[in-house]
Amino acid sequence: MPGLNQLAQLIKQIEDQMTDCMKCGMCQAVCPVFTETGDEGDVARGKIFLLERLSDRMIEDASGVKKRLDKCLLCGSCAASCPSGVRILEIFVKARAALTQYEGLSAVKKLIFRGMLKHPARLNMLTDLAAMFQWLGTCRANTHFGTCRAPMLKGMIGGRHFKPISKKPLHKTTPSLDTPAGKSGVKVAFFPGCVVDKMNPEIGSAALKVFEHHGVGVFMPSNQACCGIPALASGDQPTFEDLLVHNIERFANQEFDYLITPCATCTATLKELWPMLADERSEAAVMNLAGKVMDISQFLVDVLGVKADDTKTGTKVTYHSPCHLGKSLEVTAQPRTLLAAGAEFVEMEEAEYCCGNGGSFNLQHYELSTRIGERKRKNILDSGADVVATSCPACMMQMTDLLSRNQDKVRVKHVVELYAEALD
Amino acid sequence: MISKTITDEFRTIVGDANVMTSEVGRQSYAYDAAVLEPEIPAAVVRPSSGEEIGRIIAVCNDNTIPVTVRGAGTNLSGGTIPLKNGIVLLTNRMNKIIELNEEDMYVRVEPGVVTAQLAAQAASQGLFYPPDPGSQAVSTLGGNVAENAGGLRGLKYGVTKDYVMGIDFYNADGNKVTSGSNTVKCVTGYNLAGLMTASEGTLGVFSEITLKLIPPPAASRAMMAIYDSVEAATETVAAIIANKIVPCTLEFLDNFTINAVEDYAGVDLPRDAKALLLIEVDGHPAAVAEESAKVEEICKAEGCRTIQVAKDEAEKTRIWEARRAALSALARLKPTLILEDATVPRSKIPAMVAGIADLAKKYDLPIGTFGHAGDGNLHPTILTDKRDQAEWHKVEQCVADLFEIALSLSGTLSGEHGIGIAKRSFMVNEVGESSLEFARTMKRSVDPKGILNPGKIIP
Repeated sequence: MPGLNQLAQLIKQIEDQMTDCMKCGMCQAVCPVFTETGDEGDVARGKIFLLERLSDRMIEDASGVKKRLDKCLLCGSCAASCPSGVRILEIFVKARAALTQYEGLSAVKKLIFRGMLKHPARLNMLTDLAAMFQWLGTCRANTHFGTCRAPMLKGMIGGRHFKPISKKPLHKTTPSLDTPAGKSGVKVAFFPGCVVDKMNPEIGSAALKVFEHHGVGVFMPSNQACCGIPALASGDQPTFEDLLVHNIERFANQEFDYLITPCATCTATLKELWPMLADERSEAAVMNLAGKVMDISQFLVDVLGVKADDTKTGTKVTYHSPCHLGKSLEVTAQPRTLLAAGAEFVEMEEAEYCCGNGGSFNLQHYELSTRIGERKRKNILDSGADVVATSCPACMMQMTDLLSRNQDKVRVKHVVELYAEALD
Repeated sequence: MISKTITDEFRTIVGDANVMTSEVGRQSYAYDAAVLEPEIPAAVVRPSSGEEIGRIIAVCNDNTIPVTVRGAGTNLSGGTIPLKNGIVLLTNRMNKIIELNEEDMYVRVEPGVVTAQLAAQAASQGLFYPPDPGSQAVSTLGGNVAENAGGLRGLKYGVTKDYVMGIDFYNADGNKVTSGSNTVKCVTGYNLAGLMTASEGTLGVFSEITLKLIPPPAASRAMMAIYDSVEAATETVAAIIANKIVPCTLEFLDNFTINAVEDYAGVDLPRDAKALLLIEVDGHPAAVAEESAKVEEICKAEGCRTIQVAKDEAEKTRIWEARRAALSALARLKPTLILEDATVPRSKIPAMVAGIADLAKKYDLPIGTFGHAGDGNLHPTILTDKRDQAEWHKVEQCVADLFEIALSLSGTLSGEHGIGIAKRSFMVNEVGESSLEFARTMKRSVDPKGILNPGKIIP
């Protein structure tokens, strides 16, 4: 475990990025966490200031700084509106890695990241087992959403309403695929992501159905690993790098035009974080792959040319713009186009405002995550929509929990699910 | 450090959750947006009412603990940097609009209300709060009043002080003082609200502010004129005013800034242009039509290369893009940005711009100049890297010279950012020793122990 001086040296490596922050404080206007807490230590400039103090050896309490750094959704709202274009995400993930190296990874996280996440086959086996036996620890929470809750785990996960692990995960129903390009002349690689594979395989199936409908060839290798964001967000950069290498081996040297994911967070991770952190082992392959990564709505609209048509069902749909798609990758129009292709589209207020999930943020700061989410829930309800669609399974989890716990009647769907339904 | 007995007293007043004494909690309030050395306060306290403010100050006065009030901490002159044995009094829990009176057109707010939120609330009720400092999306009204913040609309609509009707504040003993009224006219007693405006937290701590609202203009029109010489641009400014036209905004960008904006935003500005004026007139539609035609005529007569008049909202947004992008564009060029606000009478702008160009040459520093040409408040923006000590020394020299030039043109050290820590040592050059002595006497009499934001404004 390095001492404070070594930690300071590690943080110094991101000094150039941090110096760009002029401490103007404009991030206060957009940070969902600061909006709730009003505490400078919770907003980007405050966190950057604390890191600078750490690197200058002007602060002793490294654990305290780490706690502040972890109290962040990594939603990128600050970076998207930063007047001086500070690379805030890069600062935060690299600083989390440095601080985790200093403090050491907790036993639980070690078990989860290095014992399970890092080994895709083992993770599949464990989640398959969990799917069979989860009824032991859970009870039905809301039939409208098909959610359950886990009273015995209340201490760990609170009163959350969540979708159970699927008994028919995508890795079982469709272990792998390699089909040639059809009438579209396009072949894609498909990276469903962990949540789609294990919790919402219906999104994966919908995507495959859509590819088939449009005559798109699909390469989907078996034994895909997590994109790595959970490990990286917890500062476990070694596991992140291993997962990256594992995935690169699955996809490199294969012929395809685009790499498509139905998960906003996976898309942003593959496109931005992989290139940011790739080492010499994988740099060339990562750069090549990142250039092909595309969100599924973006692919359908920009590449295949899907347009809004006039055959509307009576359903009213609204869209929640996931931060990792809208703010990180500036993909905002295409999902809406896709939605308008099948239903009556209504815009909600603040569609781009973070839902408050933030992955592990939701686990660590459930109460705060829910407060941020309540604003989203209100906007969803005020829109009068029957369905709220989005492009990120993590946002879906959050919105499902919020709406299910409140017995609301709005359904939560992935954009591609609705599009696939409309094809029938 | 302050004793636990005292922090316990704060906890009794505002509750445990609203007193921060941890190292990380205190460090988070050691700085503001000015490029100055941080100071770590002994505690951070967040009151939720005027009554709590009074009790906190009383504790501080009894124990001679300095109090620095902070809203959003966007101060550009160090006014919100605390003292190491002092506390930060944070106002952002006091963020209620108490009353918005449409009939009498005023609004009563707590000090922690965010400027843009008030402006939006006023607009939604068909009224207008004009002051629009650059940080309005996060800045608080308490901070705006304490600094007498300006903005882009100064020329026609004035600055924050022109909207302050009354202030309730707590004095150094922790007793409540009221000033001003909800009436348009009020000469009851000293104009204490006027005195408190721009006092930078050194005379009292605000608990409630009454601000004037006005009816919004019915129409507006924006124009962008491009110039081959700075002189022609600044003469246009003088000619517009001489023709008795008062635009609501009259903004200037120099060649350096134009190129930075092009690099950053690519909005099709001609890179060889020496200056750009962004002009907007507002008011009754007929007046707007007449004035904008006249302005166009003047721009052409003064020799502008081209002038573009926005035909609709979309074009207006595009025209504004150049000005909106200016600060971001400059900020991206170097790690450290020194945004100055020395201001001169409008007629002295050509001399000021020339002076700035000389300084850039003399110190070999990149300086982009943009800002409020209509009211003489330009923002020469020096780009540097504060880690480079030799260059940093040059920057300090350059800023000192800049002040000298502004004063020699009968200008002022600060148009809208305040004196704070950054400019206090230059005060004497502008106001003289006897004025400073008057300020010191006044400060001593209302704050004998010197607990209210000591070390700011007065050297």
